[in-house]
Amino acid sequence: MSDFVNEFWHWYVVVIVLVSIIGCAVLLWAQSLHRPASNKVESTGHVWDETLQEYNNPLPRWWMWMFYLTVVFSLVYLALYPGLGHFRGALGWTSAGQHEAEVAKVDAQVKPLFDKYQQMDLRAVAADAEALEMGKRLYLTYCMQCHGSDARGAKGFPNLADKDWQWGGEPERIKETILGGRYGVMPEHSQLGEETIRNIATYVRSLSGLPGDPARVAKGREAFNASDCTACHGPDGKGNQMLGAPNLTDKIWLYGGSEATIVETITKGRNNQMPAWQEFLGEGKVHLLAAYVYSLSNTPERR
Amino acid sequence: MAEAQGTYNYTVIRQFSVMAVVWGIVGMLVGVVIAAQLVWPELNFGPYFTFGRLRPLHTNAVIFAFGGCALFATSYYVVQRTCHARLFAGPLAAFTFWGWQLVIVLAAITLPLGMTQGKEYAELEWPIDLLIAVVWISYAVVFFGTIAKRTVSHIYVANWFYGAFILAVALLHIFNSAAIPVSLTKSYSAYAGVQDAMVQWWYGHNAVGFFLTAGFLGMMYYFVPKQAGRPVYSYRLSVVHFWALIFTYMWAGPHHLHYTALPDWTQSVGMVFSLILLAPSWGGMINGIMTLSGAWHKLRDDPILKFLITSLSFYGMSTFEGPMMAIKTVNALSHYTDWTVGHVHSGALGWVAMVSIGSLYYMLPRLFGKPQMHSVKLITVHFWVATIGVVLYIASMWIAGVMQGLMWRAVNPDGTLTYSFVEAVKGSYPFWAIRFLGGLLFLSGMLIMAYNMVRTIVGGERVNAPVLVPAAQHA
Repeated sequence: MSDFVNEFWHWYVVVIVLVSIIGCAVLLWAQSLHRPASNKVESTGHVWDETLQEYNNPLPRWWMWMFYLTVVFSLVYLALYPGLGHFRGALGWTSAGQHEAEVAKVDAQVKPLFDKYQQMDLRAVAADAEALEMGKRLYLTYCMQCHGSDARGAKGFPNLADKDWQWGGEPERIKETILGGRYGVMPEHSQLGEETIRNIATYVRSLSGLPGDPARVAKGREAFNASDCTACHGPDGKGNQMLGAPNLTDKIWLYGGSEATIVETITKGRNNQMPAWQEFLGEGKVHLLAAYVYSLSNTPERR
Repeated sequence: MAEAQGTYNYTVIRQFSVMAVVWGIVGMLVGVVIAAQLVWPELNFGPYFTFGRLRPLHTNAVIFAFGGCALFATSYYVVQRTCHARLFAGPLAAFTFWGWQLVIVLAAITLPLGMTQGKEYAELEWPIDLLIAVVWISYAVVFFGTIAKRTVSHIYVANWFYGAFILAVALLHIFNSAAIPVSLTKSYSAYAGVQDAMVQWWYGHNAVGFFLTAGFLGMMYYFVPKQAGRPVYSYRLSVVHFWALIFTYMWAGPHHLHYTALPDWTQSVGMVFSLILLAPSWGGMINGIMTLSGAWHKLRDDPILKFLITSLSFYGMSTFEGPMMAIKTVNALSHYTDWTVGHVHSGALGWVAMVSIGSLYYMLPRLFGKPQMHSVKLITVHFWVATIGVVLYIASMWIAGVMQGLMWRAVNPDGTLTYSFVEAVKGSYPFWAIRFLGGLLFLSGMLIMAYNMVRTIVGGERVNAPVLVPAAQHA
């Protein structure tokens, strides 16, 4: 695609670039014609502020040649590389082309490596020390920004090193999550009113064994069962991995387990997104990543 | 009025000179604070005193408050003395002082509050931008008005550089700051996408080229020959390097946007003009340093000359490094690393600050009726403390920068990155600590200068030197 709406701007760029570069050389040449006949240093004869004067020494030769050299280099460079409007340069180089060539080279080089693992079952890959090293390096490049370098997550970003899963912890399910991404929505429930929401929050905390006013817990249980909470989190509050609805009984909180935070979660709802990586990384890398993430909570001794 | 015509206007120069030292200390203190925040992140006190808000405060304070006051002070001094005429429009000159101080105070308030246009070195919001434009145009009127009423026929070379700096900065500031306001404290850039990026770096690189180079070359062309007591080395060289420098700088901005969405042809043009810029830049260094030929011995016991000549050495080094870093292949390694930060500071501390400090030491006793600074020995101490500070600063940043660049591009046989980002951060800590120390030393030097300045001013007399009659053959 051309960067110019019409030929005029192409020629405009060509002309001012060339005139400017050559103009530098002409300026230099014109000013270097003057060389004193003898070695006597001349002064321009002007005096300012009592003592300020100027000699008129000729331009240092080495400096002149350095100047000319940069001008010649520039002209040669613009003959070889893009620079003069839409003239592509003799080498046909583009930055996008350079990037594509480098990516293609590396891809061709590493493809057999990833192909080998992609044909293996994820559980077998997770037991392969070399594969896990590769998975870890991929994780540290693409995943740690949100889930942390130790994979223990942060507020709003799930811990991947525990046994708690929003969308399921089977290796195939993890791979699906990474490939396609996930979009988790907790709807807002402000319509329930402040009092009821506080009761529900107290009840939800009690599911994980956290202390709260028993009267509120009782009212909260009633409201929880009467409202649409159970539709996703289930009557027992154990969640539903098909919907990404968290288990509320396991003392693990994605946004925090304080009463204030749970009240906020219920009142305003939550929106959360795990991006899809299929297109960016390709299935080969995701396969290794899934195995690595699975291995974090399924080490041989914990399995 | 007739009486006032008899002397140079030194009042505004005194004001700007003192404030240059004050703002130098403030700006460099903020620099030391943010350097410390990188080593000890717990020093980020949010939201007002976090790195993200203090960093633009640092750059604005050192460039526009410290550098700006030094440029105002020296240009007013030089233009009067080399035109043999009192400053044009005295009240307007006073306005440039108070207006500029107001800009600085507003910057110091709004930047920690998070009010920003998000353009590098042009963060200030639109009402402050308007004030800057008014002050700057007033500055141009005062400066060129003085040139117009000169009593010598030839315009001294220092004034060419000051004049180019004033004109170019007006042009750059007005075009780059064009924005659509939505409230008193919020506006959106008039340009979009890659055009916006290009305008920003057209401005950004010429802020370096004109604010931090041409203006300070003006300083160099007056104070180096004056302090050395020698004629300028070559008038001819100054003609070539002046025109080549101010013409070529305008093209070099795209080298800040290598390997981005900027079209390839624009990147190439920016790169070749950056290379051509090497010789015009070195022309200034040669002219300054060679002015000393025949008087090298003066360097031994004149600390002001030490400052001036060392600044030219750093100028030469930075202007060699700059074109090298503008080469695409080198830039692929250096871009986004601390190498850039080291490069900027070898220019900012080594060149800009040192030439300003030398010039201020030259002017201060003359402005306050003293034969010399209170303590010449303290100038020597300042020189060595500052030099060691700069060397520690730039050497640590070079090492850290090259290390970061190499770590970021290191790839395993499986195509994955060898190092995660945080490993490069961890590896940088020792160098950030050394940088902090270098910055602290440089700041200490400024405190020594402030003490020396106060002792010079106390008991001094605010003299306004008489306007000199030009040399006979020249009137």
